[in-house]
Amino acid sequence: MALAWKFGDNIDTDQIIPSQYLVLPTIKDMAKFTMEPQNPDFSNTYKEGDVIVGEVNFGCGSSREQAPLVLKELGVRVIIAIDFARIFFRNCINNGILPIEHPCAKEISDQDMVSVDLAKGEIVNQTQNKTWQFNKIEGYLEEILNAGGLAAYIASKKGK
Amino acid sequence: MSLFHLIHLIQCNHGSETNQQILNNEELIFRAILSQIIIHPLKNFFLSEKTMANTTNGMTATEYIIAQHAKRDRVKPGEIVNVSVDLCMSNDATTLLTEKIIKEQMKTQKLWDPDRVIIIVDHQVPADSVDTSIVQQQMALFVDEQGIKNFHTTDGVCHQVMLEKYVYPGALILGADSHTCSYGSIGSVSSGIGSTDLAAIWASGETWLKVPETIRFILNGTLQPDVSAKDVALHIINLVRANGLTYKTMELAGPGVTSLTVPQRFTICNMAVEAGAKSTMVIPDQSVIEFFETLGRPFINVSLIENLQKTQHSPCHSEIQIHLNELTPQIACPHYVDNVRPLSEVQGLKMDQAFLGSCTNGRIEDLREGAHLLKGKRIASNMKLLVTPASLRVYKQALDENLIPIFLDAGAIVNHPGCSTCWGAHQGILAPGQRMVTTGNRNFKGRAGSPDSEIYLASPSVVVASAIKGELTHPKEVR
Repeated sequence: MALAWKFGDNIDTDQIIPSQYLVLPTIKDMAKFTMEPQNPDFSNTYKEGDVIVGEVNFGCGSSREQAPLVLKELGVRVIIAIDFARIFFRNCINNGILPIEHPCAKEISDQDMVSVDLAKGEIVNQTQNKTWQFNKIEGYLEEILNAGGLAAYIASKKGK
Repeated sequence: MSLFHLIHLIQCNHGSETNQQILNNEELIFRAILSQIIIHPLKNFFLSEKTMANTTNGMTATEYIIAQHAKRDRVKPGEIVNVSVDLCMSNDATTLLTEKIIKEQMKTQKLWDPDRVIIIVDHQVPADSVDTSIVQQQMALFVDEQGIKNFHTTDGVCHQVMLEKYVYPGALILGADSHTCSYGSIGSVSSGIGSTDLAAIWASGETWLKVPETIRFILNGTLQPDVSAKDVALHIINLVRANGLTYKTMELAGPGVTSLTVPQRFTICNMAVEAGAKSTMVIPDQSVIEFFETLGRPFINVSLIENLQKTQHSPCHSEIQIHLNELTPQIACPHYVDNVRPLSEVQGLKMDQAFLGSCTNGRIEDLREGAHLLKGKRIASNMKLLVTPASLRVYKQALDENLIPIFLDAGAIVNHPGCSTCWGAHQGILAPGQRMVTTGNRNFKGRAGSPDSEIYLASPSVVVASAIKGELTHPKEVR
């Protein structure tokens, strides 16, 4: 089980990583400021494997790929939202993060104990004693996610 | 290929301000023959002319252009197709990450075609810290290493530079900046992407795209005085909400479009990403042809324009009617672009700073609109007004038209072209509790400094009127 970190509607990529930190030399340096405008303490209290939950239009705004990268750096593997903005959705998959579009995002509360089973396509909320099913990721997208992202997937194909 | 085409090729490729020499006919012909292989940025434009289908097969303009680049007779919304990319762009916020991905992760050291790659430093010009300076230094090294000629370090905001120097109707253009969707305004298919997708394009010249559904906005009537293209953009975003156009293309159509200038169309298309749009489309008309003539790089592919015009009534996902004459000045209130209210509801709210600029509203028409209101007046004593022309070309034109002294005499700060205050990490940073009214495109929490500051999006004339009075103000009150 992991903790759910709940955010609201229209979480834009400036919230995920504010502009002024994009010039820092590494993603690791930037990751310290993840979600700073929403929760200045986020990067210190988030634990690897915890689940990010948003509501409508998660990841809107700037195309900056540093946004999924700082989340990945902290250990984010899954984000659940009612829906995602287009560029962020593609950037997540390209970096091996699974964006799950599911209406249960509305019901999940901050700090709920949740788990996501990718093989079964199941989200379990232990705190609320609820289970939801989502469409499993299969084929090409599954291969990209398993490789850890598009670039790693391309490199692995090249190597064969 | 006719001589006229060849001459046009050279003008397009070499007609930049850095190389404004007048060539005689013989030299033009000679250089054209020699440089057919070198002149890549427009290669597809001519290829597409040759391969162009005579029928648009019931496709929308966006589908038609995507089909051309997928080498298909027809594509349908929702289909995933592989496309060749004519031009790709990145800036100082996204280039180095893309370089890292292509080299370290994709193990690719050379770009597929450096002549189709455009790199623009615009987000922090001039550099404001050691870190920023290192970023720009590394970009210059990369550009040099790859032999990229299309590198701009002081020419302005990437989208304005793209408009002035590179984009053309019928092109497929992708950029690592979300506002890349702007170039639908001149009839190209363009969209913002992340760095991994751009790295894959740098490596191969291709990418996959899902063909977007077209939402056609039928514009009727004309805008009233003091109502601008920005108000149309905010009205549309309010109507469909911040995710209403996700994965869709926004096509502006109807009789009202002809009353809008190309820069006005650009403003509306630029903001479409704030409703989630993948791309935008305005079918090119006489204004677009004249616009390119004014830029000094005429667009002469008449058959392409004719074909695009044939698509104007083709079936689309849905149509939305917009009555331009009913619109009033709008304000997007903190912290969401779809939190739009009529100016009348928030008029009088005290402001600390005003910003006139950005890829949304930093063109000469916007500066004229602002200067016209400001002439002979001063901004309120408690206010700051920052003016940042969108490009060097705009800046020089504003100097020629004596607009800059009007801003300076009024007490404004005039900055060198770039993203400036709109990007929020550079120039005009807000303190906690401060409020800014801006012609920029985003009012996200903390976008221009402290998370406890507030940003209000408005048209150029509302921004300048508000700077004069120190509070949100209707332009008619200062006229």
